Amino acid sequence: MRTRYSEDEVAVRDAFFDFFANECPTTTVRAAAEGTGFDPALWSSLAAMGAPGMALPESLGGAGAALTDLAVVADVAGAHLAPVPLIEHAVTARALARAGGNDDLVAELAEGSTLATLALRPPTGDTARLVPAGAVADVFLHHCDGVTSISQGNAPGAKLPNTADLPLAHRVISDPIAIDLDADGWNRTVDEWRALTAVAYVGLAKRAIEIGVAYTKERFQFGVLIGTFQALQHGFADAATSVEGAHLLAQRAIWALETDQPGASRLAGMALLFAAESARFAADRSVQYHGGYGFSEEYDIQLYHRHATAWILQLGDPAAEYARLADAEFGPVRGAA
Amino acid sequence: MDFSFPPEVEAFRAEVKAFLAENFDESMLDVTHDGTMHVPELHAALAAEGWLAGPVPKELGGGGRTALESIVLNEEMQLARAPIDAMGVTVITAAILMEHGSDHLKETVVPALLNGEALTSFGYTEPESGSDVAAAATKAVKDGDEWVINGAKMWTTMAHIADYVILLTRTNPDVPKHKGLTFFLVPFDTPGIEIQPVPTMATERSNATFYDDVRLSDDWRVGEVNGGWAVMKTALKYERGIAGGQFMSPPVIHAGIDWATNHERADGTRPIDDPAVRERLIRAQIDVEVCRGFAYHCADLANEGAMFGVEGSMTKLFASETFKRHCREIHDMMGAEGLLTLESPEAHRGGLIEEALRHSPVTTIYGGTSEINRNMVAEGFLGLPRAR
Repeated sequence: MRTRYSEDEVAVRDAFFDFFANECPTTTVRAAAEGTGFDPALWSSLAAMGAPGMALPESLGGAGAALTDLAVVADVAGAHLAPVPLIEHAVTARALARAGGNDDLVAELAEGSTLATLALRPPTGDTARLVPAGAVADVFLHHCDGVTSISQGNAPGAKLPNTADLPLAHRVISDPIAIDLDADGWNRTVDEWRALTAVAYVGLAKRAIEIGVAYTKERFQFGVLIGTFQALQHGFADAATSVEGAHLLAQRAIWALETDQPGASRLAGMALLFAAESARFAADRSVQYHGGYGFSEEYDIQLYHRHATAWILQLGDPAAEYARLADAEFGPVRGAA
Repeated sequence: MDFSFPPEVEAFRAEVKAFLAENFDESMLDVTHDGTMHVPELHAALAAEGWLAGPVPKELGGGGRTALESIVLNEEMQLARAPIDAMGVTVITAAILMEHGSDHLKETVVPALLNGEALTSFGYTEPESGSDVAAAATKAVKDGDEWVINGAKMWTTMAHIADYVILLTRTNPDVPKHKGLTFFLVPFDTPGIEIQPVPTMATERSNATFYDDVRLSDDWRVGEVNGGWAVMKTALKYERGIAGGQFMSPPVIHAGIDWATNHERADGTRPIDDPAVRERLIRAQIDVEVCRGFAYHCADLANEGAMFGVEGSMTKLFASETFKRHCREIHDMMGAEGLLTLESPEAHRGGLIEEALRHSPVTTIYGGTSEINRNMVAEGFLGLPRAR
């Protein structure tokens, strides 16, 4: 039992924290938002750090690290709203590595020279709508009726303007090649996305609270620092408690996936829902306690609010995710088709 | 990160499950219907296993159980709905006495506590001091070789069946409030003590206790004179390791799922097929996993010997606030059926859910209110300025 990062994990965290702090200030996030929602220079630097391939097998050009290590990077990437599709890229590459037979592609993904993503929802006809990183990825994985395929060769779609300026785009399927990944294998891939996104949400949420707390320790109203007001303190305390709970749940989900625990999929689904809700609450409190400034584009806290809103919706309505977990927990709805 | 338990702790969990299967079933809770939340047979069986002494270090005469083993015992008992109140009071009082008590107390009282023969109760809270516990006004004055105690305590739960109360008193009113406190262990058969029942909105009863010229020898003093706050810290240290409350929700949720699955509404539909019910229940199950994370985290910190406080505050805050919500939502789901109390033969699962609903408000009050815990998180975790 070790519910805190190990020394090695702390070292990874510190290295990547410094990296993102230097390479990805919020000016970088804002600049990316003006374009595709992706920063190619940041991606190159991140690739030089070995992040895209860190949790891929060494035999395929990866670093052979565990999902728990990748989660440490997802945490700090989330905290900095990094405009790079690290999670989508990594889980897609891991799926291809598990399926086998795409060694050259996986090696390119490990070094980050080719960018991959996945359509989290099944395509309709020949189009996958609103694919995460669809505006920038070279290849994308999709799944329909038990068959998982990879589409390569067609150009990224145009980014559709959206809440958090994410690189969302429709992708047309062209010359799909089926890979050896059945429905369970696909679910495992989406569960990795869920758990890693939960961890990123925790990073986002902690930073949103830090920004809010720092503001209330500088802002005077009625002649006193507003951070002395219990009304604000208790809102922050509830948010921080929820986020700490989300952190422990998300890390347990990652550990459960890494070590193939029974119930790992359940924990991954739960972690994403709880972390998203916690992050949205944290961002909401921080915007609120900024007063009018929180609503202005100038202040960074609004970026956190928008990203907190957006990330989980790439998968769909959270209510559908609750329903999915409920089906597994209570059995399907009686009389339902 | 590693959320697995060592094999010896997993083995202990299996031992606890087997113990509970053999020594506890819900019908034993019938004895608690008079408001006394104590099951003597279970307490005796726990003592016989040596588990009442569990978390107290071996060198202090305890069972030397690790914090991980303590959380496992605690978790399994709560999941089985076995009352943990008496176990908690016993462990904490025994630990206080072993660290701070006189030889007299260590030799006479501690063995009786750990073998289950004697029970104690907490005497911290007063009519005029609850959250501000260090403001205790119950006076203890030295008179020759004896101490004379006068005052009143509130929420001395189980006093009416207990042999002792661990009493927080004021021995110096002229210094800052934390520096003038002294603890005593007071036998309830000492002349001058009156116990009055305090009925509550829940099934459980509590007590108010009154102390009128209660005379004790110095043997009953616990810790230094005016050193009461150090004793309080010991109490908190053990409370973190063993205190319950992280797994209050599962029995209520399971009873709710059971009802929603096996009950048909007038229109022939089952509540469990209602999307609104399903989302509430699955959200509750998520909260349970969050509580589990907090519980294991606190145990891990305690196991490593790390001093902590704010993690305990977060755990208590989250577990009790969500428990209250779970009770409300599951009770609501049952509609009028949910109103039936344990006296009603038709009540689902012996009125478990209704009883939990009436009990739930106290869980965000006792053992540190939600407001106090939010203050702790704001100041201790977020570094916000002290607001009072």
